[in-house]
Amino acid sequence: MHKKMAFSFPDEVLEHVFSFIQSDKDRNSVSLVCKSWYEIERWCRRKVFVGNCYAVSPRMVIKRFPEFRSIELKGKPHFADFNLVPDGWGGYVFPWIVEMAGAVPWLEEIKLKRMVVTDESLELIAKSFKNFKVLILSSCEGFSTDGLAAIAASCKNLKELDLRDCEVDDLSGHWLSHFPDTYTSLVALNISCLGSDEVSLSALERLVGRCTSLKTLRLNRAVPLDKVANILRRAPQLVEFGTGTYAAELRPDVYSDFAGAFSSCKELKSLSGFWDVVPDYLPAIYPVCSKLTSLNLSYATIQSPELIKLVSHCPNLQRLLVLDYIEDSGLEALASSCKDLQELRVFPSDPFGVEPNVSLTEQGLVAVSSGCPKLQSVLYFCRRMSNEALVTVAKNCPNFTRFRLCIIEPRTADYLTLEPLDVGFGAIVQYCKDLQRLSLSGLLTDRVFEYIGTYAKKLEMLSVAFAGDSDLGLHHVLSGCESLRKLEIRDCPFGDKALLANAAKLETMRSLWMSSCAVSFGACKLLAQKMPRLNVEVIDERGPPDSRPESCSVDKLYIYRTVAGSRFDMPPFVWTMEDDPSLQLS
Amino acid sequence: MSKPVEHDYIGLSEQPLPSMEKRSGDTNAEKSGLRLKDTELRLGLPGSESPEREDRDQNVLSLKSFVSGAKRGFSDALDGGGKWVFAGGSGGGSEGLFSPRRGGNNNEGNDLSGSDSGLKDGVAPKPLVVQEKKSQVAAGNGNTAPASNRAQVVGWPPIRSFRKNTMASHPPKNDDNAEAKFGSGCLYVKVSMDGAPYLRKVDLKIYGGYKELSSALEKMFSCFTIGQCGSHGVSSRDGLSESRLKDLLHGSEYVLTYEDKDGDWMLVGDVPWEMFTNCCKRLRIMKSTEAIGLAPRAMEKCKNRT
Repeated sequence: MHKKMAFSFPDEVLEHVFSFIQSDKDRNSVSLVCKSWYEIERWCRRKVFVGNCYAVSPRMVIKRFPEFRSIELKGKPHFADFNLVPDGWGGYVFPWIVEMAGAVPWLEEIKLKRMVVTDESLELIAKSFKNFKVLILSSCEGFSTDGLAAIAASCKNLKELDLRDCEVDDLSGHWLSHFPDTYTSLVALNISCLGSDEVSLSALERLVGRCTSLKTLRLNRAVPLDKVANILRRAPQLVEFGTGTYAAELRPDVYSDFAGAFSSCKELKSLSGFWDVVPDYLPAIYPVCSKLTSLNLSYATIQSPELIKLVSHCPNLQRLLVLDYIEDSGLEALASSCKDLQELRVFPSDPFGVEPNVSLTEQGLVAVSSGCPKLQSVLYFCRRMSNEALVTVAKNCPNFTRFRLCIIEPRTADYLTLEPLDVGFGAIVQYCKDLQRLSLSGLLTDRVFEYIGTYAKKLEMLSVAFAGDSDLGLHHVLSGCESLRKLEIRDCPFGDKALLANAAKLETMRSLWMSSCAVSFGACKLLAQKMPRLNVEVIDERGPPDSRPESCSVDKLYIYRTVAGSRFDMPPFVWTMEDDPSLQLS
Repeated sequence: MSKPVEHDYIGLSEQPLPSMEKRSGDTNAEKSGLRLKDTELRLGLPGSESPEREDRDQNVLSLKSFVSGAKRGFSDALDGGGKWVFAGGSGGGSEGLFSPRRGGNNNEGNDLSGSDSGLKDGVAPKPLVVQEKKSQVAAGNGNTAPASNRAQVVGWPPIRSFRKNTMASHPPKNDDNAEAKFGSGCLYVKVSMDGAPYLRKVDLKIYGGYKELSSALEKMFSCFTIGQCGSHGVSSRDGLSESRLKDLLHGSEYVLTYEDKDGDWMLVGDVPWEMFTNCCKRLRIMKSTEAIGLAPRAMEKCKNRT
């Protein structure tokens, strides 16, 4: 018999091999091969990713991966971005910092998304990790500039401080001065979220001047345009830059100063900021446009003609964020100038108006889909759509990985045929076989969910609002979408049946959010009983769910798999459904 | 108590997926013959009735039946429910909510548990494919707000607060009505209470006046004064406790104050509501003992403002 010899390499060799494997998924697969691989892998995993901070406890993570240097944690559900998750729900990072402070003193990187970060947490980070290098806080809240001052003062090896989309209590602009004069290691600084209180400009200039490796600098709105020149001149090596307010008096000396400083930055690839744009200042950036790959004009309230002129200078653009002032005509221009475009996001300038204020329709999207063969990721707000347009877009762009369409008025039908948009979205999932993320809108029946369940086999995240007719819709998604990890639903007539019929599916997903749907309290309890490794959280500000009949719908429901059991930091309006002794299951 | 009987919920039969090309004329009537009612599935928990489902077909929109159905549904909800946020009707921001039962934004003045049959109401008060209908619906519910702004649904359209606040505070210069439009979108301010472990946020635009704001805050913060907001999530709120907080707020223990655009702290209630919403940056429920000397300055300051 021919036996295959099992070679056992020394651990060091395997470790070396594993060091080339960076992705979490692959690392997880490696750890499943055999016990010894599990052991070796866990000792050499340097980056840990926890998609839901309540799915596991900090102690468990530290126990399994004693030597990690980088951790990424996510807290609140995505719908928290739109104020659907009441404040105080949770997502506190402090307990994690406390555990890591003791057990992982060589921690270098912390990346947090949608978590509550207090000044106390920041101070503890500053104190505990001597080699701390990277702090990325995305959509976080709970801290003030005092916490930032602690980081600035103590983290001698800090390379990155990125506060994208955070809510910071702006107590003083002087936190920047807490970076010691000897500190020179900054590579990336993103303070674009800071409020209208001024950041100390002189401290900023000095900081930028001595940090010669600075590659990314995103300023906040309070930094005036005429001061930007001084900053840019000190950092000609910048690759990514975000302006402050883009308005200044129309004076030739100010303009030429600014334009001159800009043109000395030969490495710029990404621009953002552009609040309060004065169009006459736009030509100042033309010299750098030919190298730009990313442009965020989503706060720039400039009209289509200026936008067209701007994008026509950017043939290498891969990523564009813009307001709907660009209009269909601007998107057509984009389609003909920017053949490398991969990602497009069009935001509404007037989301609450009833009448359209700009001429941006489905035509713009069709034009871009037709002209930009590499288009992969779309976020598009508009006021009308047709199945025909969606089918065209789907056929033009089979490589879509992310497609998020928001038709501003809920339940808007196909404007040409007055039918639901089921077929259009059906085409998207049918043609775009690699679609990972999808957001639906418009008038949709259960049929669209049938299509999604049938075709969207790689779909990982689905967002649904004001759609569907019955539990069948939800059933199609839960039973058909094999790769589904995150499902978020609001204002849909989905209730108990589909949820209970697909209870086991929920353990294969990270989380499910349902708000303003028709899931009863009784079903929540039953689900929690059937699935002990799920946390079934009922969020209801009307008061305890058991003060109402069991058949009453819960307001909001958040279900996630966890190996850490129920959490203990819930506010009074959140209840975890636990085993209810009164049901006495044998 | 009897052991709950488990039912096989996977009785939902699949129908073959029709090819997408022949989709024309797919109306509600031809929709899948699958009715969950027909399969007679029930939850089966002892002692509870599973909710009767409204015939959903009524609510799946076809344009013809849509308008009258929607109007009826929406005003029914109005008549049936308690008082609504926009009863105060102070123009602009108080359109009220789309989702009549609960908007997730603490308008707890109306207790709907009576009318709550456990259903998500099939009430679909909008998709106004045709513009005029919008003002009809708006007028139909007694709303005095101009039809230039759609009624607000919490969290819709899905735009982050940072973007909303950024655009609202500095509306596009070329667009004269922008302030009215974007500005009236929403106005989230933080509310803190002395002694409470965390802040809340409220959208000032959804309240018609001081009374509604105050009552919403009472509901939101009642748990804190009762001292039950520990980490175990058990709240023993009952009518008695709520009225106790009301007494606290209206009595002497706490006062409601706000920080205005100049950074000064003032007592809430001294200036007209509109002026207040324009200059309020954040709210604080303060212990009365700390609030001495705040009141007199409010009117003066506002008089000095242009």
